[in-house]
Amino acid sequence: MPVRKFKIFRYNPETDKKPHYDNYEIDCESSWTILDSLNEIKWLHDGSLTYRRSCRHGICGSCAMQINGLNGLACELQISRYRKDPVVVDPLPGFVVLKDLAVNMEPFYSSLRRIKPWLINDDPPPARERIQSPEEFALMDNSIGCILCAACTSSCPSFWNDKDYLGPAALLKAFRYSFDTRDQGLAHRIDMLDNKHGLWRCHKITNCFHACPKKLNPTEAISKLQKKVVSEKW
Amino acid sequence: MIHRHDVIIVGAGLAGARAAVEIGQVADVAVLSKVYPSRSHSGAAQGGIAATLANSSKTDRWEFHMFDTVKGSDYLGDQDAIELMVREAPETVIEMEHWGCPFSRTEEGKIAQRKFGGHTLDFGKEPALRACYSADFTGHVLLHTLFEQCLKHQVNFYSEFQALSLIFRDNRAIGIVAWDTVNGGLHTFYGRAVMFGTGGYGRAFKITSNAHANTGDGLVLVSRAGLPLQDMEFVQFHPTGLWKSGILVTEGARGEGGHLKNRDGRRFMEDYAPTLMELAPRDMVSRSMQTEIDEGRGIDGKDYIYLDVSHIGAAKLHERLPQITELAMNFAGVDPTKEPIPIQPTAHYSMGGIPANANCRVAYDENRHETIGFYAAGECSCISVHGANRLGTNSLLEALLFGRRAGKQIIEDLPHLDFAPLPDDHEEAAREEVERLFKADGTERVGAIRAELQESMMQDCGVFRTRQQLEKQRTRLKELAERYTKIKIDDKNQRFNTELIEAIELGHLLEFSGAIVEGARQREESRGGHYRKDFPKRDDKKFLKHTLAWRQEDGEWKISFNKPVILKGITHPGFEPMERKY
Repeated sequence: MPVRKFKIFRYNPETDKKPHYDNYEIDCESSWTILDSLNEIKWLHDGSLTYRRSCRHGICGSCAMQINGLNGLACELQISRYRKDPVVVDPLPGFVVLKDLAVNMEPFYSSLRRIKPWLINDDPPPARERIQSPEEFALMDNSIGCILCAACTSSCPSFWNDKDYLGPAALLKAFRYSFDTRDQGLAHRIDMLDNKHGLWRCHKITNCFHACPKKLNPTEAISKLQKKVVSEKW
Repeated sequence: MIHRHDVIIVGAGLAGARAAVEIGQVADVAVLSKVYPSRSHSGAAQGGIAATLANSSKTDRWEFHMFDTVKGSDYLGDQDAIELMVREAPETVIEMEHWGCPFSRTEEGKIAQRKFGGHTLDFGKEPALRACYSADFTGHVLLHTLFEQCLKHQVNFYSEFQALSLIFRDNRAIGIVAWDTVNGGLHTFYGRAVMFGTGGYGRAFKITSNAHANTGDGLVLVSRAGLPLQDMEFVQFHPTGLWKSGILVTEGARGEGGHLKNRDGRRFMEDYAPTLMELAPRDMVSRSMQTEIDEGRGIDGKDYIYLDVSHIGAAKLHERLPQITELAMNFAGVDPTKEPIPIQPTAHYSMGGIPANANCRVAYDENRHETIGFYAAGECSCISVHGANRLGTNSLLEALLFGRRAGKQIIEDLPHLDFAPLPDDHEEAAREEVERLFKADGTERVGAIRAELQESMMQDCGVFRTRQQLEKQRTRLKELAERYTKIKIDDKNQRFNTELIEAIELGHLLEFSGAIVEGARQREESRGGHYRKDFPKRDDKKFLKHTLAWRQEDGEWKISFNKPVILKGITHPGFEPMERKY
């Protein structure tokens, strides 16, 4: 069992004036993920270490954090991919820290709500399912796989500078519905999208694409949505 | 702080969220969740949701689905509820499609359907394509669609609240006391009706597909309120958990043609279920695998088997099973397009739970007397549509469909339900528990006790059980409960104290595990997910009955086998128990 070192961001607003890092050295099994290592620290060494986790296989989106400067899901990143010690673990940037690695997600969900993330279609539904061909289904790309972990939005410099910016996750959701052939809601969303805190704040930095644990491409989705909005208007 | 809402729902997974969508359109509803709603474990379901849409198997109909579910349940399922479920399944799934759920599509543009274990045409003749799916993240798209519908209908969410006690007086549910994880502090949620959709209890086992959050909280709250739990000994071990971690590999992998192989490369299922082979129900496949492992035919003689999907081809795997391809790479280090995946049985689904009837009203005794203003749906409930063993894709269906039924029933009942008087001491039990834990300054670690619990439950209350093992486990649970009174909590802060939450959860795990073990000890037969090596036959004479387990003051569980199984449908005459062969 290799011994590995971790340098972990700590901050408890109840008791600390400012954040600091704590160092831990633990025996790790070679197959462990970052989350396994955090669990080992919390369960056997320091019960006060605080982070979110639930499904531990990359589908619930709870454990997004920054590892060696890159956003990802702690549960699916194996420690073996980080050759050098210490592995540095920080909370997601761009959000207010509640405690240690847990950040306030409310602004993230609030952006999501702003784009009306539900199917808008006022036609009475048919008795059976609406018909959608596999080709039409494919227009949504893989956007339906988004787990709302916020790794993308948190990695975006435009979001760091403009807290009113919808951010890549909310825009990816807007893309998902705008390219769903069953949806008629672009008119209801366009004012929210077509402004300086919406689609046009994206400067194609592509951090979001690199941060996404599901290998989705919000940058490309935003470009497609920009084109759609422009053609809708003109 | 007291929050007043017409309806209080605990749990934001498929059952809770579906009920909230229904209720949110006509009444004031609050949904408490220990995680953010979109993080609920329903989202981890992969393979599909059953409904006889007959999009691919053109002759499929609800009677076949009913037969499969009854037979799959080893005849312990209540057939009235099963008939309702299979008949309402198509409209329930279609409604999700109308709300925008992105299902995979057939060439004709209809909802795509695939094969799944135990689902057949013509009463067992051949496998049916009945599982409606979205690649291999069906639970994810259903959960997110419902979460979005909740946002549309402005449902009040209270995220990251840990439920601590159910306020229940004179057979009437009045509210919930919960701990605000983010800020600390007790909150009372006071309602005219309370619904539980609090999920399963797989975290009592070491190898499990369940999330860290699945600690059976709702069940413990119910049993502490003096109500019984039902059929707790029936735990489903899913055949294909990734070796060591137990992370789920969907049954869809076998539905798409995957093979199970032992150390000799043999498809051993031909010895156990020659007709359905790998698509036999989960309890049988898990026992077959465990037998192979126990008899030394695991891979390299170890405790795992191979799931081989490489012959399906990379293109089809990426289209139909993208998630499991990633999971195998990330968590087992194998590329399933080229190599077999090491797997072992994993504690997956809780058939037992809060006894409720088909209207989702919680019922409290052998005679199915109903409580007032109290409802349950989804995995936490035992309605019982799965009986002794659940078929794959029936869980998403159950959670969604009975969540919907609960919502409709609550709306119907609300005019007759006012706010019952809130007792003065309603927060007392919760306050005592939290204060005791904050003061905990002993020598024992929560993590260490939990690990011992999970390992021992796996070993002595797992796929195979004997009286000796169960008695050993009963004693061990008492010792662990004793050690739990001597735990130490490092974190004394109110704010975001996840160590406190884990200690609360461990208390829950220890408590309901007693009901599993005691039910398993007293049920001297083998049925569905419960297999006694010392009683390998099903015994319908004695045990074609639901188990009810009442928690006693001293922590023991009182067991009864007096609640009859309903063997008739609503309109269907019902299926008589017969030998279960596949």
